[in-house]
Amino acid sequence: MTETVDTSTPLGRPIKRKEDAKLLHGRTNWTDNIQLPGTLHMAILRSPYAHAKITKLDVTPALSRPNVIAAYSAEELGDLNGSIPCVWPVTDDIVMPDFPALAKGKVRQVGDAVAVVLATDPVHAADALDAIEVDYEPLDAVVDMEAALAPGSALVHDDAGTNSCYVYNLGGGYDDVKAKADVVVKRRFINQRLIPAFMEPRSVVAAPMGMSDEMTVWSSTQIAHVLRVLMALVTGIPENNLRIIAPDVGGGFGGKLQLYREEVLATQLARKLGRPVKWTETRSEDMVATHHGRDQIQDIEIAATKDGKILGLKVDLIANMGAYLQIITPGIPLLGMFMYPAIYKMDAYDFKCTGVFTNTTPTDAYRGAGRPEATYAIERIVDELAAELDMDPMELREKNWIKHEEFPYTTVAGLTYDTGNYEAATAKAVDLFGMDELRAEQKRRRESGDPVQLGIGISTFTEMCGLAPSRTLGALKYVAGGWEHATIRMLPTGKVELITGTSPHGQGHETAWSQIAASILGIPVEDIEVVHGDTGRAPYGMDTYGSRSLAVGGQAIKKAADNLIEKARVIAAHQLECSPGDLEFVNGEFKVKGDPEKSQAIGAVAFEAFTAHNLPDGVEPTLQGEATVDPEDFSYPHGTHLAAMEVDTETGKVTLRKYVCVDDVGNQVNPMIVEGQVHGGLAQGIGQALYEGAFYDEDGLPLNANLSTYLIPAAPDLPSFITGTTTTPSTTHPLGTKGVGEAGAIASTPAIINGIVDALRPMGVTDVAMPATPMTVWKTIQAAKGGQA
Amino acid sequence: MQHISVNVDGTQYEGEVEPRTLLVHWLRNELGKVGTVVGCDTSNCGACTILLNGRSVKSCSVLAVQADGASVTTIQGISTGDDWHPVQTAFKECHGLQCGYCTPGMVMSTIDLLGENPNPNETEIREGLEGNLCRCTGYHNIVRSVEKAAELMGGAK
Repeated sequence: MTETVDTSTPLGRPIKRKEDAKLLHGRTNWTDNIQLPGTLHMAILRSPYAHAKITKLDVTPALSRPNVIAAYSAEELGDLNGSIPCVWPVTDDIVMPDFPALAKGKVRQVGDAVAVVLATDPVHAADALDAIEVDYEPLDAVVDMEAALAPGSALVHDDAGTNSCYVYNLGGGYDDVKAKADVVVKRRFINQRLIPAFMEPRSVVAAPMGMSDEMTVWSSTQIAHVLRVLMALVTGIPENNLRIIAPDVGGGFGGKLQLYREEVLATQLARKLGRPVKWTETRSEDMVATHHGRDQIQDIEIAATKDGKILGLKVDLIANMGAYLQIITPGIPLLGMFMYPAIYKMDAYDFKCTGVFTNTTPTDAYRGAGRPEATYAIERIVDELAAELDMDPMELREKNWIKHEEFPYTTVAGLTYDTGNYEAATAKAVDLFGMDELRAEQKRRRESGDPVQLGIGISTFTEMCGLAPSRTLGALKYVAGGWEHATIRMLPTGKVELITGTSPHGQGHETAWSQIAASILGIPVEDIEVVHGDTGRAPYGMDTYGSRSLAVGGQAIKKAADNLIEKARVIAAHQLECSPGDLEFVNGEFKVKGDPEKSQAIGAVAFEAFTAHNLPDGVEPTLQGEATVDPEDFSYPHGTHLAAMEVDTETGKVTLRKYVCVDDVGNQVNPMIVEGQVHGGLAQGIGQALYEGAFYDEDGLPLNANLSTYLIPAAPDLPSFITGTTTTPSTTHPLGTKGVGEAGAIASTPAIINGIVDALRPMGVTDVAMPATPMTVWKTIQAAKGGQA
Repeated sequence: MQHISVNVDGTQYEGEVEPRTLLVHWLRNELGKVGTVVGCDTSNCGACTILLNGRSVKSCSVLAVQADGASVTTIQGISTGDDWHPVQTAFKECHGLQCGYCTPGMVMSTIDLLGENPNPNETEIREGLEGNLCRCTGYHNIVRSVEKAAELMGGAK
């Protein structure tokens, strides 16, 4: 154990990031920067149709184009055309169609991969796609989810005989509590399709290292380790011969939590041709070929007494899988399943989800992954219930939320929340917001008939982070565990390698992990190199997603550091001629209790362990500590988010005037990084509420699959944010941390829409669709007025 | 192929390019100036922003041949060795970057913005950086970074 934590520890301080120097100087190592001799550049012919038979496909004309070395369709690739796996078969009878890397005979989404060309430079590879002769026979496209489930619908996968992927049920008993309810409120919310739109386009370089079955793959991925396992299974390349490297990775947000067909194709073609193969997507390719997020129809019903006690909740989802199942496509709605009851006490909860195939880009994890959808629906319907009961929406929340003295609390969904203090976070947020003044202004504007109305949006959220206890994942039929690994290795000069299984792509792990280890080992942050995202240097890990890296990976670092100190203690005791129990470890030094003059610094111990000239019998040379930690439970960050929304009732224009959030993410390693994570999450959640949405026409053609028309927020679209924190340490995680990566994205969307609806409720508006563009808001107002929309 | 002569980050380069070659691709693929990156294909993201004769441009929207005879400054040319330009310093101090992919463009646009307006207010900063998209920071700390850079460069009151 670490006996003393000095107050000068780097833990909890806003230390500037170690990552920034190279990023700010342009000395980065993005995958697309990698130029190996002899590289072949891959370009992909993609389907322009959502659903079609391929009636002719001849790649040979491309071979006569300049600089072209090879071209393949599925037929020519044969057995090398791997199938892309899904690792979360959520039910026993789930439909899991084949997902070939190159389409076989039929295309099922715009952007489906049809053929590849390999040339000595990317320009000629792309040029030669034109030479491929391909004919399609268009088929009826399945686009609308409900129509897809109706009898007689065209089928995305003929062999399945249905477009229903699975039906998942949880709970029961809602009807009993509904019978006792005074008030029942029911709504249908549309949680629209989003595109992750990380700034660095995906890129992969696969290079044979020696013979064809020894392969190094650089990829812009969040999951170097998971990718290695899956790549081995898909390609048959022995896992021990595969090295996956995620170099500098420019954002992910779940979009790079995937094994993509392009990664498989590059690897297989490098193997076949014995040369490095490189592929970097264009942005327009990205927006049809990288998985999307959200896209659920949410029917939600809440039952309560007339004095505002929530009795139960019923949720019936239709979740769009898209055309194929990617890595955890079917499981995303189930991550949300646990969170619909959120922070509220109730007696019954029924959940049903129907996964449905459509001729669209597959969905999968996007920042929050199921939990933003759940939080949106519950926080919206609680506001609607408050309106129905004519209660203040915050008062209704307070009446029903879990009180801080009631933790640990097992929810109706079966999760046990370890800690939380919703009262404290709310009180602080309300104070920072200036709630009373804003409510007074709202009243004035309503009374004066101001064309610009003011609304106040509330979101009191929690989420489950720290994916995940392995046994829980097993019970949910997820095929892997949720542990994390760390090795801390002291080098002879006293410097340290901290090897982590997390795989950062902008989060600042190099800085934060150094802070954790430095605080325990009593050494400078600068003396630590964090090694990550390379299966050759960091062999064990479960990577970065689901706000898990600190919550799970942080525990592993702490335990590895503690293990290292225990080994060092034995060596130090030998050097200092005392028993290990006589030593205390303070600020990087072992000191003999009662004789502070006798001490040995950890760096000196490391040197002794290196020379091994004078080690105690039975102690092995070298000084390192390792740990693989399976989390005891999820962690449950929470917070209160408040939005002041101005709505111009004449034009529909919405302005976010003020945004306040107070998040409780437990203990913080680096508050500067925490705040940055919150800011970025807010931008994405607000983006969903106001700007973003990926749409298709009735033929399944994407309407806005580029950055000109898919509107991610730009600087003028957002205000500065007012953020605060409360700290209720997690009791199931040794560092007391919870996770912060997704909080802002989860909490903010309902706050914004609740604010718009609050502004317009006196006009009879009870919902506004997302994204709440001026046109949508204006039409909603017109419809409420009974006019022509 | 067409001959071009361009000064990039203080070095005079001669090259033969296809007329259709974008400046950003010439910088990255021929000169190895990989600090400048490509984020989109519709000239929306601004990740590829450089200075062309001292003014910011998106280098995906300029043909290499159009840069013939011009002077180009990339993120790799604004400071020497391990030195820091005040804008770089400000972005680090204010945590104005996370994944860092938009950062070269943000820094170059900020240099141009502060050249035009040494003491911008928040609205002017946000509008000045409208052509540069960031998906990580929500822009909050980018605005703080630009304010800080203005201060470091002597513009702030």
